Parts: sequence; C-alpha cells; structure tokens
Amino acid sequence: MTSILVGLLALSILTAVLALLLEVADSYFGFYGECQITINEGDRKLDVQGGNKLLGTLMDEGIFVPSACGGRGTCGLCKVKILEGGGPLLPTEEPYLEPEEREDNVRLSCQVKVRSDMKIEIPPELFLIKSFKAKVTGLRDLTATIKELNLQLIEPETIEFKAGQFIQFEIPEYEGCEEPVYRAYSVASATSAPNGISLIITRVPEGVATTYIHDFLKEGDEVVFNGPYGEFYLRDSDNDIYLVATGSGLAPIMSMLYQIVDQKIDRKVTVVFGARHLEDLMYMNEIKQLQERTSNIEFIPTLSKPPESDGWQGSTGRVTDVLDKIVETGDNKEVYICGNPMMVESVEELFKKKGVPENLIYYDKFG
Amino acid sequence: METGLTAYIIFFAAIFTNNILLTNFLGLCSFLAISREVKPAIGLGMAVTFVLTCTSGINYIVYYYILEPFNLVHFRFIIFIVVIAAFVQLVEMVIERVSPLLYVILGVFLPLITVNCAILGVSLFMIIRNYTFLQSVAYGAGGGLGWTLAIVSMGAIRERLKNAAIPKPLEGPGITLIIAGLMAMAFIGFTGMIQIQ
Repeated sequence: MTSILVGLLALSILTAVLALLLEVADSYFGFYGECQITINEGDRKLDVQGGNKLLGTLMDEGIFVPSACGGRGTCGLCKVKILEGGGPLLPTEEPYLEPEEREDNVRLSCQVKVRSDMKIEIPPELFLIKSFKAKVTGLRDLTATIKELNLQLIEPETIEFKAGQFIQFEIPEYEGCEEPVYRAYSVASATSAPNGISLIITRVPEGVATTYIHDFLKEGDEVVFNGPYGEFYLRDSDNDIYLVATGSGLAPIMSMLYQIVDQKIDRKVTVVFGARHLEDLMYMNEIKQLQERTSNIEFIPTLSKPPESDGWQGSTGRVTDVLDKIVETGDNKEVYICGNPMMVESVEELFKKKGVPENLIYYDKFG
Repeated sequence: METGLTAYIIFFAAIFTNNILLTNFLGLCSFLAISREVKPAIGLGMAVTFVLTCTSGINYIVYYYILEPFNLVHFRFIIFIVVIAAFVQLVEMVIERVSPLLYVILGVFLPLITVNCAILGVSLFMIIRNYTFLQSVAYGAGGGLGWTLAIVSMGAIRERLKNAAIPKPLEGPGITLIIAGLMAMAFIGFTGMIQIQ
C-alpha cells in the first residue's frame, strides 16, 4: 500500500516538475514582446502583445476576420494578405491557398503567429464587423420547425449591413455544449431598421445551436453576435432579379425584398419560394404587404408535396420545375439563390443552361 | 557492454536488420497516415529521428538515475511517456522561436510524435536489452533513421501507386498494409548481416 502511495507521489512530483519546466520555458520562449501590426498601409496601427495567432489577436482588437471553423485551420476562410512579418508558408496552410494567392502573400490568419512587427492588408469592410450585444425581444414560430428570433441591439446600438449578409451568433455554454460555439445565420430584417435584426432558425435534431435557440432562449435574454459577413447581397445593375429560396434560405431574400421596396429599386423582381407542405410556407403576409407597396415584385410560392387536404391552388413541384417554366432565356437576368446546397446547385445548373452567365449567379449555401 | 556489441553496430542494426517499424511494427499509425507523399514523410522522419535520439538519452538518465534508485521502475511506462511529451513540447517551443524555417519543416509534425509508439518502444527496448548510455543513444538514432527509411520508401511507392489500377476493396490502407508486409519481408533479407537482441 505505502509503495503505491510513494510511487504515486513520486510520479506526481516528477510530472509537476516537468510541467513547471514547460511553463518557465513557455514564458521565456513564447514571449515576443510588443509588436506593431500596420493595416492597409497605415490606415490603422495596432500595438499588440506578440505570441498569439493573428486571427485571435485581430479579434481582441475588434477586427473580425470571418472564420467558420473557429481557428482550427479547416475552413480556409480567414485569409488575409501579409506583406511583412508572416514568416514562411506553413504546411497547414498549403491545402487552402491557390498558387496565385501564394504569390499575393495571402495567408491563413488562424495559422500565422504574431512574432514581430507585421504589415497586413484586409478588406476595409471588415472594419464594419463588430461584436454586438443584443436583447431577445421576440421568438415566434414561423412553422413547426422554424422560429423567428428578433433581437434589439444594446451595444453598439445600430448595425450597418448589406441585405443578404449573415452574422455569427454566439451560443454560450449550456447543458448541451461545454464551450461557446458560433453559428452563422443570415439577417432576415430590413437594413432600414438598423437598431435590431431578425434571424430565421430551423431546428436541427441534436443541433447544439438550434436546440439552444429553440428550447433554452427566452425573451429578455442577452445574446452576443458578430458580423456582418458575406458576399451575398444585391448588385447594382438593370438586370431582372430572380430570388430563389427554400426553407430558412428565405431569410436573406426577405432582407433583399425590404431593400428593394425601401429604396424603390425599379427592377423586375421574381421571388420563387419552395416548401414541402402548406404549413411550411412562411412570411406570406409580410411578402403580400411588400407587394402592395410596389408593383414590380412577383411572388411564386411552390409546394413540392402538397397533400389533397391542403387545398393548395398555387404552383406545385420543386423550385427548378417552376423556374424552368417561367424563365425563357438568360438575357438580362441576375440570380440570387439561398437554401440547401443541393437545391442551390440544381438551380444554378438550370440558370446556366438557360444562358445566364456564371458571374451573375450569386448564392449562399446553408449546410 | 554486456551484449558485446558496440554502439556502432547497434546503430546500423537498428536501421536495417532490426528496423523498429518493419520488424517490431511500432509507429504504424503515423506511418500509414503521413506516407502518401515523400516530402511530408521526410519531414516527419527527421522529426522522429531527432526526438528518438534525444529521448532515448534522456529516458536512460531518468531510468537509471531517478527510477531505479527510488524503486519506481514499474512506473517506467507512464514516466517515459510524460518525459517524451514534455520534451516534444519543449522542442516545439524552441524551434518555433529559433528557426521559423525549421518549424515549417518539423514543427507541425512534432505534436504527432508524442503518441508515436516507436519512441516509447525504443526507450523500453533499451532497458530490456541492458544497453549502456552510448548504445541507447545509438539505438535511438538508428531506430529513427530506420523509421525514416521505411516511411520515405513507402511515400515513394505510394506516390507511384497513384497511377496504378488497384482493386477497389484494396484501395487506401489495404494496399498500404500489404506493401508494408512486403517491405518487412524484404528487410528480412538483411538479417544475416548482423543480429542484435
């Protein structure tokens, strides 16, 4: 018995000594002192403590480079141009960088450590990205599995974003999840109401984030999100606009519709929204009200599997079936698609076949 | 020198006749995972050789000057692992600070090595075989080079294999294990040269 105790004690001491040694070594080797990061040729200069990853360092300074994987180096989204002080390319970055990007000094900010003074370039719109504190002012069921979450901003009080962009919502620790995680949701509300946002959240069985929002979040709760992100927004041109969505993919499309009506954009707009049954359709009243304010929006909801009992008079079939019928040629058309990846791909394929050039098809895939 | 072998012979024996990977089948997981191409295989091999050489020396000292006097030899498994892990961490920190280039070549592989059983295997073998300090370090260095030789050859073979028509069920790990077996048999050809036990 005593020999076991003595052994355990000796083992603990030895391990503790090694741990201490590592701590000392870390504070000696891992200390890089103060480093200066110059962004966009001196637009902003940050004095930061070296030794951490660039992504996290920038985040601490309030600059949010988009990242879907949380800095593990698996999504390849957090690319920034590092002109000086980035060190050689790491093997963990190689799979995500095209040859042209390597030539341009593009790096993954989640892999590069701040070790010395750096010069970097980031898109100026990233400065608009902030962390927001907000209060839940409403949670309502849009369908059996989809909820609308309304948030009133507390700090900062307003948000500047483009209709169609998304935010990253922080899911705090709760009993279903041990550490905070982030999930991306498109903003469904109008850009003209900048002191709040609405999100549309589909319940995913066993989903860490959607379970939290559907089952744990209450009115009055405080939440944190950061954004806005994304390249999915209306482009300025004279082309006819086609907005295609299924399920909660309607969120960014709603925001775009508000923009079209609010800014009196005089282009022909066709919205095709696909759902399975009648009870899966949402925002029907809101869209009707928008249609009353302008004459250029055509709205076509379509049901893929309407049972007889629904008494559905409208269009049936998938969104591709509807589009195949109403779109004749690809001339002067601009397409915005949002929803599940398979739908997005088949709609993109359809419009390409009709002759819409690839660079006029924009989409946001919901995984 | 109880075994009657010089460190020099042990060094070569560990590379060819007693290749730790192909005769003892230690360190197979990273061998299978990182052997798709030659370049990363070389990087990992170098990292393994370096860590193996150093840890066999360190573990020798830990065993004969700490564990044996204090009667803790039955804790050698866990102690060796802890020592290896701490050493790998330390080396990673130093390399990152001192040479960014070396960090690119070795750094990313170092965390993988902590759990490489070849490293623990060498430390245990040197105790079982009653090696002296010099012999242990030679065995570590040779073992590492032997492991590198095996993984780099496998990397080269698998690079060529990309263009071969492999039966579907054998693709990936299947064919790799078969090749490893053939390589092991080929290495048996060396056994007549020297023998260590």
